[in-house]
Amino acid sequence: MAKHAALSEKFIADEPRTDWHDETLWFVRQKRDKAAHGLPGWEQLRELASQIKNHTLSNLEKYLRQFEQQAKANGITVHWAADGDEHNKIIHDIIRKHNIEKIVKSKSMLTEECHLNEYLLHQGIEVVDTDLGERIVQFRKEPPSHIVLPAIHLKKQDVSETFHKYLQTEKGNNDPQYLTEAARQHLRDKFIQSELAITGVNFAVAETGGFVVCTNEGNADMGAHTAAVHIACMGFEKIIPKAEHLAVFLRLLARSATGQAITTYSSHFLKARRGQEMHIVIVDNGRSKQLGRKDFRNSLKCIRCAACFNTCPVYRRSGGHSYHTAVAGPLGSIINPNMDMKANADLPFASTLCGSCSNVCPVKIDIHEQLWKWRQVVVAEGYVDASKKTGMRGMAYILAKPGMYRFAGKMGRWVMRTFPFMINNKLNAWYKQREMPEVPKQSFRDWYLKNRGK
Amino acid sequence: MNAREKILNAIAANQPEAVPLPVIDKDTVISYNDVGMQFNTMLESIGGKAVCIQDLQVLKESVNADKATGKFIVNTIEALGEVDEYVSSLSAAQLEKLEKAYIKGTVGVAENGAVWIYESQMLNRLVPFICQHLVLVIDKKDIVPTMHHAYAKIDTAQEGFGVFIAGPSKTADIEQSLVIGAHGARSATVYIIE
Repeated sequence: MAKHAALSEKFIADEPRTDWHDETLWFVRQKRDKAAHGLPGWEQLRELASQIKNHTLSNLEKYLRQFEQQAKANGITVHWAADGDEHNKIIHDIIRKHNIEKIVKSKSMLTEECHLNEYLLHQGIEVVDTDLGERIVQFRKEPPSHIVLPAIHLKKQDVSETFHKYLQTEKGNNDPQYLTEAARQHLRDKFIQSELAITGVNFAVAETGGFVVCTNEGNADMGAHTAAVHIACMGFEKIIPKAEHLAVFLRLLARSATGQAITTYSSHFLKARRGQEMHIVIVDNGRSKQLGRKDFRNSLKCIRCAACFNTCPVYRRSGGHSYHTAVAGPLGSIINPNMDMKANADLPFASTLCGSCSNVCPVKIDIHEQLWKWRQVVVAEGYVDASKKTGMRGMAYILAKPGMYRFAGKMGRWVMRTFPFMINNKLNAWYKQREMPEVPKQSFRDWYLKNRGK
Repeated sequence: MNAREKILNAIAANQPEAVPLPVIDKDTVISYNDVGMQFNTMLESIGGKAVCIQDLQVLKESVNADKATGKFIVNTIEALGEVDEYVSSLSAAQLEKLEKAYIKGTVGVAENGAVWIYESQMLNRLVPFICQHLVLVIDKKDIVPTMHHAYAKIDTAQEGFGVFIAGPSKTADIEQSLVIGAHGARSATVYIIE
């Protein structure tokens, strides 16, 4: 499978579009800053959220049992899935039992992680994604490139072409208002006909057995309140102890994600409506293993706001698809190696380790430190490219021998001066998009010996 | 061993040593000189409309005028006239043409312009979402500074469903251009009774 660097190269081939992507996400980051700095007590709020999540992780078994008990008492059927396949089968069984054909789904990164849509498609069952961004990428047979803004890699011209093809909108009409209206009409029909609604879960409350789903569009509610069956899917880390803790997380979530003070809709589901059937699927899929990794467990505190994506200089300039996983960005790079280390060994290296991700994280995950730690794990487990390994070994050999190091430096400077084409060519990865530095006449050591060494 | 036991056992084995749950001190979070003013400002900034009224007369007239147009209007507030109880059993197909809904809210939140509505206040869970235009009514005394204060006033385990709604439905999924009226209401007006 192609790795992050190779996939990024494809993305940055279109330079104006790369710049646009970079600027657009930076704009979202700035909106986040405005919202965060405009709220006195923001840092205390982050600390509170971090502590609540730490506490929850340290009592996870207790809270999950409590949540299950409460949810059952509320008449909800609770399912447990050890992995993505079990999750998909549970949903398929419910669909078969009710002979359901019309299915709508609001945004759920978990169902992306489990590849639910593909699984059901193989069984001949179609799921309609109802978040506007997700519907756009679904039409285009692409995965979302961002967990909050699924179609952020696309321009309005792309959306216009896609809608012209699938929704028969006017050719060349790129007006976002017009295109959104077309999607509204198209998806209203899907909502009205829906028999099953699948939603994600933003927060599940142990104390009440209820769960909260946040959207701006209202798509989760349109589906869930129409369909006869509602299935909510959650990774087990979505649990929080009490309803009062929702205040902390709802204050942080939208401000961190888009700079809004709160999403338009924060829907609190406790029981099915009359005549409706409600299910919750609680999924592990590697999370319990991550919980056991001391250095990486606090990645499970994540509330999926994507602030770390929007601020990341690598994400902004390489696009979500270059991460080849359901959850991209810095956060994706610390959770995906746990799920499949071999396939995702490249991701911890898709970072400059600048630390901006950790700075904006609303629950204070030490993301950049984990990226650095994953690099060592990945290398120790032998999942690093041969070229990187050989280079590092050679480097280590030379750095360990001062005489050899000095000789190599002298040789390098001489070659760069005398035969610049040997360095300034395509074989030198550093030379791509960069000028080589001017060659100094002497090394620092030579200078030091001459001027200070006496 | 089934998935449930497997997962819970793995969690029990792997979870870190217990750390205490912090206490939220509501008194240390932001407070506003005028929560009503802050609520209005926030609501307007997210595309909603805030209208302060002294009594219900103007609202009653508004409901009557809307109903006189022959469009599908739903009133769920007793103080405004006849309550359209029948909507509680309507399906999505039957509610599809809903033009406007009048709903009483329990709490308004100054820091973000959100209003909490219980299921019993909306009569049918779909109503506040499927209507083209949403009208919410709150008492000024029910506006609180922050979400912390809001959760202290509501009980999320009291009814089967409840929601915070902040302004009209919106999306920016196409090139980050803000469009009001995604899947839910195209407009949200909150009447604040002084």
